[in-house]
Amino acid sequence: MSAIKSTGAYIPYYRLKREEIVRAWGGAQRGEKAVANFDEDSVTMAVEAGRDALHGIDRQTIDGLYFATTTAPYKEKQGASIIASALNLKKEVFTVDFTDSLRAGTNALRAAMDAVKAGSANNVLVVAADCRLGAPGSEFEQVFGDGAAALLIGKEGSIDFVSSYTHTSEIIDQWRLDSQQFIKKWEDRFVVTQGYLANVSEAVGTFMKQQNTSLKDFNKVALYAHDARGHQEVCRMLKLDTKTQMTNPMFDTVGNTGASFALLILVAAVEEANKDDKLLLVSYGDGCDIFTFHVKEKPAMDKERRGVQGYIKAKNYLSNYEKYIRFRKLMEVESGRRRPPYVSSAVVLHRDRRMIYSLNGFECTNCGRAFFPPQRICLYCQAKDQFKEISLAERKGKLFTFSKDELAQSLDPPVIVSIVDLEGNLRFYGQMTDRDPDKIELDMPLDLTFRKIGEAEGYYNYFWKCRPVR
Amino acid sequence: MRVDAIKDKVAIIGMGCTKFGENWNMSVEDMLIDAVYEAYADAGVETKDIEAAWLGSVGSAFTGETLGRPLKLKYKPITRIENACGTGMDALRNACFGVACGLYDIVLVAGVEKLKDSGYGGLPEYFFNPVYGQGFTAPGRWAMIATRYFQTHGIKPEEGKRALAKIAVKNHHNGTFSPKAHFQREITLEQALNAPIIAWPLGLFDCCPTTDGAAAAIICSADIAKSFKDDYVLVKGFGVAMGPSLGKEDIDYKYDHLPETEAAARQAYEAVGIKNPRKEISVAQVHDCFSIAELTEYDALGFCERGRAVQEVEAGTFTLEGELPCNTDGGLKAFGHPLGATGLRMCNELYLQLRGKAGPRQVKNPSLGLAMAQGGHPGMLMPIITILGCRD
Repeated sequence: MSAIKSTGAYIPYYRLKREEIVRAWGGAQRGEKAVANFDEDSVTMAVEAGRDALHGIDRQTIDGLYFATTTAPYKEKQGASIIASALNLKKEVFTVDFTDSLRAGTNALRAAMDAVKAGSANNVLVVAADCRLGAPGSEFEQVFGDGAAALLIGKEGSIDFVSSYTHTSEIIDQWRLDSQQFIKKWEDRFVVTQGYLANVSEAVGTFMKQQNTSLKDFNKVALYAHDARGHQEVCRMLKLDTKTQMTNPMFDTVGNTGASFALLILVAAVEEANKDDKLLLVSYGDGCDIFTFHVKEKPAMDKERRGVQGYIKAKNYLSNYEKYIRFRKLMEVESGRRRPPYVSSAVVLHRDRRMIYSLNGFECTNCGRAFFPPQRICLYCQAKDQFKEISLAERKGKLFTFSKDELAQSLDPPVIVSIVDLEGNLRFYGQMTDRDPDKIELDMPLDLTFRKIGEAEGYYNYFWKCRPVR
Repeated sequence: MRVDAIKDKVAIIGMGCTKFGENWNMSVEDMLIDAVYEAYADAGVETKDIEAAWLGSVGSAFTGETLGRPLKLKYKPITRIENACGTGMDALRNACFGVACGLYDIVLVAGVEKLKDSGYGGLPEYFFNPVYGQGFTAPGRWAMIATRYFQTHGIKPEEGKRALAKIAVKNHHNGTFSPKAHFQREITLEQALNAPIIAWPLGLFDCCPTTDGAAAAIICSADIAKSFKDDYVLVKGFGVAMGPSLGKEDIDYKYDHLPETEAAARQAYEAVGIKNPRKEISVAQVHDCFSIAELTEYDALGFCERGRAVQEVEAGTFTLEGELPCNTDGGLKAFGHPLGATGLRMCNELYLQLRGKAGPRQVKNPSLGLAMAQGGHPGMLMPIITILGCRD
């Protein structure tokens, strides 16, 4: 047996209205797309989705972490290991990256279910995230959105896995080479008819026959499509009821989030599922993956969980298309004559990894007070080497003081220098992200988020920032 | 510990200071030579008379050789000191120990900084953790105290900003009487208030410039000072209090005062025997790297009750004509801030004021002067205080 124990989502704070892209390039598109902040990438978004799924769950019980993406920050070096560190998972966790296909998300889901079923793991967290680029002016640029999804797979859960099907189909419909920044595709009608529609209809047909069931038996269908038009076309072809059966694929609110898209729609389906619902998940990319689930009981939402619905609502608009271009570094822009970015050291990042990635501080076992960053001699009672590690990442806080630093180098000035007083009577000092500079106030509620601080020395320097509670 | 161990044991008999500013055509060596030779001439000494030297520089020096090479100061002990923006003053302090203990009779102290060769505005980045605490600048870190200080002391942000602007206006005004100052022009309150924001609430005129410059002092044992100069100035005492750099991490620190500066002031006042600094100190040079620094230092140095600095600024307490004139030469804001030279520049101004040689900015009959150079930022301060006095 395997089951979905918990789900999580992450949709970045910023949205870009498609009319802003139209303003730059023409065309006609509606709605908006989710855009990762300049300090986010697939790894940081996956961390957020993972945190969302793990509220109320003992992280020591997680023994597998599968990360799915087509936009891994590193070509050589695992993303899952960074995510596992940021999520403060145990050292013995089995980490894997699933990459290179739009189906990577459901590939990871299938592998997680197989591992649990086979007994090699008790709990596997699947996190999928993508931050894909369409060339400026392309249809892809309009359609793609950034986002992440997470599913915790275990032996028992409120949503039982029932059956699955897969087939592989080699086709050059859309692709990106190692050396390319933007996704390419073949002529549109070929991509839609010979790629997407042909594969989905064949796979669904075969699977329904195998299982001796019909599409009408499913209350909720989470169906991947490249875009809204493709989604409508396949619904028409398969005679799916778009009014009652289909989970909203969020083209107008989020956009196509690549390898995480099918899972994000599944998470949305789970959030609105009722007892005894039957769920169908169909993903596409170099073939098809199909899954069915049975909702044993309506999944309980931890009160800290934001989920797809929470994240869709909590948003702010990027003021213009140019800012998006700047965030994604699609144009060289003047950054002021300042000193080159600070230096980094892989040695320090390694030595301080429990502080930097896991955001662990110390609690003095002599006087009981807590502080960050870890220091061998207690700030308060000066006891030496008497401490235990404590985790800060999930603590909430209040802004004790701040400034808006216009001189600091940033793709999105001003840098909000923040002193945050956290739950448990300790202090965090750092930058504030996902914020509106005009709405910074003393004592505003904040939480913490894992972000890219910079790219010094040719690698990504990750750390935590604070942000207004969404 | 004997707090008054060096009181009245060391005299300043000569000082020199280059023009502060964008010294495009002067090297570190050029500036050191000019400042030192001016001090030599003032004291009536030569290189051969110097028994030991201390050089203060944050980032423009490599060992004491940076001073020894241009001066051809051969085979003498030269110590290079670095203590952030307190560097020059700490060089003086350490030199005083060498003289006060009787090891040396005549020593040279120099401070220098060359910031304009770098090609960048602002200060260099120093290596700490690659990610923790990264991404901020000096004004950003100082502005954090403004935000909370105003709130705690019931000051409306616009009232606070106006007081900060008044400090900038005052220091620019004082700078017009200082031919060696980086800036020698008045600014208006409106200009200061409406300037572009650097780190809210600090605007352009709330921030000192990056400056090239050097300053130097010749000090000797007080016993022999008279043979050089009638109106020598006596070193009364120092106060130094390195913060353990914890304010950003210590939730008990409330960003409404400067505990390190208060501690340094207590030390200095005890060393000199000052009970009421507001009344007993005639003139002060404080560390106005940012206007909010000067404002909070008024509180910390006991020039007014904690939280009262804004009212005192409005009352004109610290102007040239006020009860306790501060930054009479224009301060860091107008005179400029070449890090390693700044502490000695402050002492130079006291040296001029206490001897009645400060020209149009001269304050009336001063007897005791305080200079305070402060490294770091709130939560992580390293203030150094020097108190100088007229000879008896």
